[in-house]
Amino acid sequence: MQIKGVRLPGMSSLLLWGLLWEIVGRTGFSFFVPPLSEVVKTLFEIIGTTAFQKALYETAYAFCSGVFFAIVIGIPTGIMMGKNRLIDELLLPWVNIFLSAPLTALVPVLMVLFGFGMKSIIITTTLFAIWIIILNARVGVMQINRSLVEMATSFGASPWAAFTKVYFWAALPEILGGVRIGIIRAVKGVIIGQLLISLVGFGALFELYSNNFLMKHFWAVLVVLFALAFSISEFLAYLERRVSYYAAKR
Amino acid sequence: MLQTNALAEDTVLTQTDNAVSVSGVSKNYGEVEALKNLTLDFPRGQLTSLLGPSGCGKTTLLKIIAGLLEPTEGKILVNGSPVTGPGEDRAFVFQDFALLPWASVIRNVAFGLELRGVAKSEREDIANKYIKEVGLEGFEKSFPHELSGGMRQRVGLARALSVDADVLLMDEPFSAVDEQTRRKFQEDLLALVANENKTFIFVTHSIEEAVYVSDQIAILLPRPSRVADIIRPTGLREKDVASIRRDSEYLDIVDEIWASLKSYVE
Repeated sequence: MQIKGVRLPGMSSLLLWGLLWEIVGRTGFSFFVPPLSEVVKTLFEIIGTTAFQKALYETAYAFCSGVFFAIVIGIPTGIMMGKNRLIDELLLPWVNIFLSAPLTALVPVLMVLFGFGMKSIIITTTLFAIWIIILNARVGVMQINRSLVEMATSFGASPWAAFTKVYFWAALPEILGGVRIGIIRAVKGVIIGQLLISLVGFGALFELYSNNFLMKHFWAVLVVLFALAFSISEFLAYLERRVSYYAAKR
Repeated sequence: MLQTNALAEDTVLTQTDNAVSVSGVSKNYGEVEALKNLTLDFPRGQLTSLLGPSGCGKTTLLKIIAGLLEPTEGKILVNGSPVTGPGEDRAFVFQDFALLPWASVIRNVAFGLELRGVAKSEREDIANKYIKEVGLEGFEKSFPHELSGGMRQRVGLARALSVDADVLLMDEPFSAVDEQTRRKFQEDLLALVANENKTFIFVTHSIEEAVYVSDQIAILLPRPSRVADIIRPTGLREKDVASIRRDSEYLDIVDEIWASLKSYVE
């Protein structure tokens, strides 16, 4: 966005909303909305505490593992679905069902199957992220220019070479788009997992602070979580822009 | 067919020196007969055009020769051995170039060799040679989206040349470039046929282009596709490239082909 010829950096509107938050907080409108400055002050207070760092570690661990599995399982599955009619027919209904299913309702089932520990939280995170990654990789592969596939075949590409040298790269813009949305969904997944399965990580902090009406603390953790998710998502959006120059020309 | 001795001998000679020979090839898509019992020979070292109205199956035939499509019936021999799939003896030039948009010109040109497992330094040496030959020197590090359509097709051509296949299969290679570039390409193609000892199979829908570049023109007629006529311009190869289009033989053949195709154009 530009104002009087000056180019504003991305997400400048956040400043405006932050200001509004501060004003509303200072009017004492509600107990639940402390001023932003207070929240930030609390944030710096709790950020050094062991409780917070332990929560951050537990959340990051579950999040990263969950996203890792979603990516390494999701991308190849999506590519195979896009390339093989039979696999596609078999799996597509399930992918669509799980994409729209209320996964939160499935969490108790996971607890029965995988226990109350970290394993269930990681699986919940993966389940939130993986379906959109599969679908995007599938679409990316399906719309690869036909002559690019024929080119690889006519020059004698083995299936593995075609996969790693052509299909993956040709579908990369869509794959990255899927991973970005998947990661945003995984943030939701990891917190829901931590709230429902066992109270650890940020989920436990949210529970603790809201039950004790520590709203400044509550918002501080939420701000941290938002900042993390936002940074990862922006980084992936940057990668996406790096490859988008060829997205239109495949 | 005239049964004179000279002609019979001539036939025997060309049969033994066919780089590609297609015999009795049919291709059905369900009920639709795309090609029916098609037989055609492609003499070595020459350029043969497949010419016909759209939907006559010329691209289908080219892809069958390339091994990208399987014929329903019939067989194809390349250098005497039957085609079962894509092979190192054939290279394909695509209508829409089929370049890797994420790879530089040099990697694109060397990609055929890369897929054949040639070491990086060796394949880049070969690629550099052909980049020069097609006139793209200085663009080795450029990406396809930075090049014009004509230059992109030069990359496609260099890629096909660099694998050093006996047979070059070209699917309407100049149809996506502008008219002036196309004329330059046609002249360059004549030089290529003269200098490289390769067999060219060239699909086109332009009568003028076919007559200009070909040693042999196979006219294909549609539904189901068959070879209606084979025309061999005799005196055009010796002419200067600049004067071919004013030659009376060139003009006669163009007229003749148009007369035979006219009724098939919707």
